[in-house]
Amino acid sequence: MELLVATAIGALTAAGIYMILRLRTFPVIIGTSLLSYAVNVFLFASGRLAINAPPVLRDGVEVYADPLPQALVLTAIVISFGMTAVVVMIALGSYLSADDDMVNAPETHPGSGDPADPAQRGGGAL
Amino acid sequence: MSLFLIIALPFLGVLLPGLMIQAGRQSCFIITFLVTASAAIGLATHAPAVLAGEVVTAQLNWLPSLGLNVNLFLDPLGLMFAGLILGIGLLIITYARFYLSRDDNMGEFYSYLLLFQGAMVGIVLSDNILMLLIFWELTSLSSFLLIGFWKHTAEGRQGARMALTVTGMGGLALIGGMLLLGQIAGSYDLTVILEKRDLVQASPLYVPALILILIGCFTKSAQFPFHFWLPHAMAAPTPVSAYLHSATMVKAGLFLMARLWPVLSGTDLWVILVCSAGLITMVLGAVIALFKDDLKALLAFSTVSHLGLITFLLGTGTPFGAMAAVFHILNHASFKAALFMSAGIVDHALHTRDMKRLGGLRRLMPITFSVATIAALSMAGIPLLNGFLSKEMMLEEAYHTTLFGSPYLVAGVATLGALFSAAYSFRFISHTFLGPVRNDYPAKPHDPEVGLWLPPALLMIPVILIGVAPFLAEPFVKTVTQAVIGNAADVPTAHFKIWHGLVPALWMSVIAVVGGLILLAAFAPLARLWAATPRPEAKDIFDRIITAAVGIGHVFANRLHNNSFTRYASIFVATVIAVGAHAWFTGVNAAPTREMLPITPVGFAGWLMLILATAFLVTVHRNRLAVLILMGIIGLMVSVGFNYFSAPDLALTQISVEVVTIVLLLLALNFMPNTTPVESTKGARARDIVLALAGGIAATGLIYSMLMSDFPIASISEYHLANSYKGGGGTNVVNVILVDFRGFDTFGEIIVLGIAALVIYALTEALLSGPVRARLLNRGYEEVRAGNAHPLMMVVLTRVLMPVVLMVGVYIFLRGHNEPGGGFIAGLVVAIAVLMQYMASGFTWADRRQRYPYHGIIGAGVLCAGLTGIGAWFAGVPFLSSAFGYFRIPPMEEFELATAMGFDLGVFLAVVGAVMLSLESFSRLGRRAGIEASDYAMDIDPSRPEISTGGES
Repeated sequence: MELLVATAIGALTAAGIYMILRLRTFPVIIGTSLLSYAVNVFLFASGRLAINAPPVLRDGVEVYADPLPQALVLTAIVISFGMTAVVVMIALGSYLSADDDMVNAPETHPGSGDPADPAQRGGGAL
Repeated sequence: MSLFLIIALPFLGVLLPGLMIQAGRQSCFIITFLVTASAAIGLATHAPAVLAGEVVTAQLNWLPSLGLNVNLFLDPLGLMFAGLILGIGLLIITYARFYLSRDDNMGEFYSYLLLFQGAMVGIVLSDNILMLLIFWELTSLSSFLLIGFWKHTAEGRQGARMALTVTGMGGLALIGGMLLLGQIAGSYDLTVILEKRDLVQASPLYVPALILILIGCFTKSAQFPFHFWLPHAMAAPTPVSAYLHSATMVKAGLFLMARLWPVLSGTDLWVILVCSAGLITMVLGAVIALFKDDLKALLAFSTVSHLGLITFLLGTGTPFGAMAAVFHILNHASFKAALFMSAGIVDHALHTRDMKRLGGLRRLMPITFSVATIAALSMAGIPLLNGFLSKEMMLEEAYHTTLFGSPYLVAGVATLGALFSAAYSFRFISHTFLGPVRNDYPAKPHDPEVGLWLPPALLMIPVILIGVAPFLAEPFVKTVTQAVIGNAADVPTAHFKIWHGLVPALWMSVIAVVGGLILLAAFAPLARLWAATPRPEAKDIFDRIITAAVGIGHVFANRLHNNSFTRYASIFVATVIAVGAHAWFTGVNAAPTREMLPITPVGFAGWLMLILATAFLVTVHRNRLAVLILMGIIGLMVSVGFNYFSAPDLALTQISVEVVTIVLLLLALNFMPNTTPVESTKGARARDIVLALAGGIAATGLIYSMLMSDFPIASISEYHLANSYKGGGGTNVVNVILVDFRGFDTFGEIIVLGIAALVIYALTEALLSGPVRARLLNRGYEEVRAGNAHPLMMVVLTRVLMPVVLMVGVYIFLRGHNEPGGGFIAGLVVAIAVLMQYMASGFTWADRRQRYPYHGIIGAGVLCAGLTGIGAWFAGVPFLSSAFGYFRIPPMEEFELATAMGFDLGVFLAVVGAVMLSLESFSRLGRRAGIEASDYAMDIDPSRPEISTGGES
């Protein structure tokens, strides 16, 4: 099973990386969500895999799954929802106010002015 | 008074002047004065014990494992500096009260001053060098605020920036040097380090540590070649110059050299570096000072020169040198602060500090004249004043110092420095106060009110007293010297006397004074010569270096930071992969120590669905709706996986988060294009695929090798498993970790979640108050709309489900401590229940029936969790310690009550509030013009009698 979990994490990571390298906000957000899955499962798996041994204490049971990564990942899942929501809101605000959902500022050439000039971004920043 | 309180008082008082200025300038002044005075009194209570040889300490272990302890100690050296800082601070606060005009914000000024004062006291009382570094940086920052206090002047801003750049850079070097020193000595406690002279000086790291520490000290104390910032800092209001640049901040570098004297001094490198920097600075500063027409510039360069003198004395590495240095620090602080204040008085009265426009003021401003003349004569080294005594000692020391093999070099240079020093002191008196009365003063000269002249006049008491009766200062100076040199050597036995006989130092002194008078007499031709000689201007060089540094910075920034997120992301990914690959290929990967679990058909099926969904997602990612469906499948498989691998809590959390995430993304997609266009080139896509595959393979390899080997060191999980029931009273270990073992983490996390939700709310508000609002209201429909937006079936179904889901939420919440569940999951479930009502009957309808604002629910949650934690204090245990007990109320079964439940309730409320506030904010964007808010829960309701337009009701 370890091999399956490892390849699943790898697939999620690869898909996540590919998606965050796209040029529009929506796929980038999807990419970060995929990476969140990968990272959460990775953290969880770092406690090693165990089947039928939930960390709920029972009389006579000696072997339990590692509870610590589970606790850490639990809050990570909830927090990543919060962060996704913020990023989605920023992307949405940028799209609504600039009518443009590109993640990159237009190409600037040396000498054509300050590249950090927000005006060249079409006033897109929130 | 505890040493902690002495340091804390100025910091605690920082806000007071800002508040008290509302009550008027006088109250503002009094409160600042009282704050400093209480710290000074606190210090004074320790003085008898310290002078009797006791070292007062105060300790608080903070992070002992890192060597970071809040340890303070007060020895005679610390007492002298703290006394100077607080004592002169009181005078300066009084002086500033009358100096600042009504246009200056006095509250702001005093706040900065107290901040600076606290930082300085912190430096001189720190026993831990890491803490000392923090206070050191704080003085740089607060002095930046003080130098730039007159923000409206370009000189003020530039001077403040330059001071911050130079001293900040030195601070960085100092951090490096101090860390090295701590490494060598094996401790970050000063008292320990001071004992390790031999160990430190034998270490190969001694040289880099010494050089870095000296850069820190030299920049702070304006030693050549870092001397140029100090004169530019004179753009500050005069009280600041008098305080920072005569008595306190610039002496911090000297203090540190004196403090570390027992460990660092005495080597050849120390003598060469410190002595030559000191001597060069002394002469250079004195020569430039002579030719400055601005009173404050003259004093600034003279300060540079005197700091060089003290540096030189510390650099000789002899106990006598150290004693002379201590004595001169004391003397210089007294006469220089008075001189700065006198210059400020002249400036205040005549609106100019230019000596070309001054002269003849002795009859017009007699008090100022007397004070300034005594102070300046002391600076020149005239007998019967304290400056003479320490200058004699300096010349004596110089006479006995050999540098670069020449016995006369140091003596000659020191005499030259003293000569120019006498010359500019005479010029200060002569060109300001002597000479004929002029009739073209910019303003009418007059002696100031008592508040302005009394502080400098008070400083004349020690100047004259010590000058006439040097034996008064002797015991104190010797005690401080003992503290400086520690056990490295004995305090010199030489007594402080005015007349030592016809010793070489006397002759050198005579040469200096006579030479100074000759220079003054020949000043006019000399000044013309000086003006005609080309010489490098330090500010230009500094500006050029800064411009070059900014240019280099731009080259990097423009190359890397071209506003392309895609580029940053790919650089980041490539770097992570490269670093990981390096570790992978150079490290040792131990053989697997664990057996692989057998692959089951169910497990394989789940894996296959996840892989297929991921692969499909990437291929069809341009269809955004399809992406969301596939994300749902992936999320479902992940949560099934969690459940399969014994993590029921995670499975429950993942699946409920999945629901709200998809709803959120659907809401967002409502406003965004449904497809992603093809834009990137084939080459770019190929590059991305390569990066993605490399990343995927790296992640697979890493986790696989982790999964196949055991923990390299014992995990703390065993502790959690063993103590969950005994200590936390719960059998669900994950939940006990969340609400008990690591409750503080969870507390932080619900706060973060709440902040995220508030950020979303704020962003929505910002959007809706701008031009976007109109666009949103007026946009049309691209697609055919459903005739029945709020269908009957859905409304009825969600209404029926609501109590059921709420009950499930309560159940999950209550069982959380002992079975899978808890506040996080219950919060998500309840949020989904409420969300369904929004979806069924529309935002407006549901919102009207929502009685409690979600902000309040978040706040209540955080408050509830926090109060539960604080409750532990009343039981005398640390924050968030939980207590539990078992109760039985007939006819119910025995049940458990734990304080952790209150905390979990807080988590629950925060999660509900945060999720709902985020989604509600998104929904608010959805309002359009022309849609009336419906009073009804569903569009078509058979039980509702049809109302014709303009009906009878």
